[in-house]
Amino acid sequence: MSLVERQDTISQDSAVWDGGMGSVSDYVALLKPRVMSLVIFTAFVGLMLAPGSVHPVLGAVAILCIAIGAGASGALNMWYDADIDRIMSRTRGRPIPTGKVTGDEALAFGITLSIGSVVTLGLLVNWFAGAFLAFTIFFYVVVYTMWLKRSTPQNIVIGGAAGAFPPMVGWASVTGSVSLESFVLFLIIFMWTPPHFWALALFKSVDYRAAGVPMLPVVAGETSTRHHILVYSVLLAPVGVAPYLLGFAGPVYGAASALLGLAFLVLAADVWRKRDGDRARQACVRLFKYSIFYLFMLFALLLGESLVAGV
Amino acid sequence: MAGEEPGITLTDEQKRKRRARSIAIAVVLGALVVLFYVVTIVKLGPGVIDRPL
Repeated sequence: MSLVERQDTISQDSAVWDGGMGSVSDYVALLKPRVMSLVIFTAFVGLMLAPGSVHPVLGAVAILCIAIGAGASGALNMWYDADIDRIMSRTRGRPIPTGKVTGDEALAFGITLSIGSVVTLGLLVNWFAGAFLAFTIFFYVVVYTMWLKRSTPQNIVIGGAAGAFPPMVGWASVTGSVSLESFVLFLIIFMWTPPHFWALALFKSVDYRAAGVPMLPVVAGETSTRHHILVYSVLLAPVGVAPYLLGFAGPVYGAASALLGLAFLVLAADVWRKRDGDRARQACVRLFKYSIFYLFMLFALLLGESLVAGV
Repeated sequence: MAGEEPGITLTDEQKRKRRARSIAIAVVLGALVVLFYVVTIVKLGPGVIDRPL
């Protein structure tokens, strides 16, 4: 094909070019702002709990970079998962399935923000935190989205690590390292992720089945999923109390986390007992909503105690 | 000549959205310049003017 012919082809294609239709709000939606808010919060708690101090401006830069890095992961996830997002009711309204943003635009946006957030965190805060953020993005996009999500029902167990890293990155922004305390913060979110997502998957299993995503209820059945939820909830409850047991949280946190964990177990047992009909669905929705409250409360209590101790 | 043919012809809506995105990018770039300036001051402090010539 000569250059002139090629030019003509491009011009003809250009007449129906469907790119460039994304508004600023569509690009903001690519960042998954709701997920980002949880990342910001947990990273902030990690940063505040870390020993030593960081200048408030550098602390704000660290949180900003972690938030943008998480958003970039979301954009790359939407780029890769556009085919299944079109099928599921929960994700059908996202910018790529609705045609507001093309896959290429989302990919470019995600890569640009990934590199920008990692380099900025490295240059302005420290390179250990920058490298950790890069690893977190890699883990979410490549290990979870590209590899695990469509290949194993354990997808969210292992992939959940990506969502659990932000408090460690926040901690590393202050100390330039990891420690047992920051690992415990990771472990709380890591153990919390499976019962949280499996509760969702139980009442959205039709969606996942249609999209061919091997979520546990689709592959192993709902009964097995209920067993798994209960087991992970039993493991999560003591992990939630671990900050007190290890001495980096006070008695208020200790008592509250024990009660919150107990309530989590009660709701998980409810999901386990109610197997059919509307009552079963309500139990799953209740556990899903409570799990968000539970995680928020644990980190809010840790933050509250650290602020009170700092006064 | 082929070289004079218009390449991509944007619709009015595409132009309007491109303008909005361009403004957003300009704001972000401006914020980054301010951010790097502030962090430089924070990191170097008074030492920014106390250096051998």
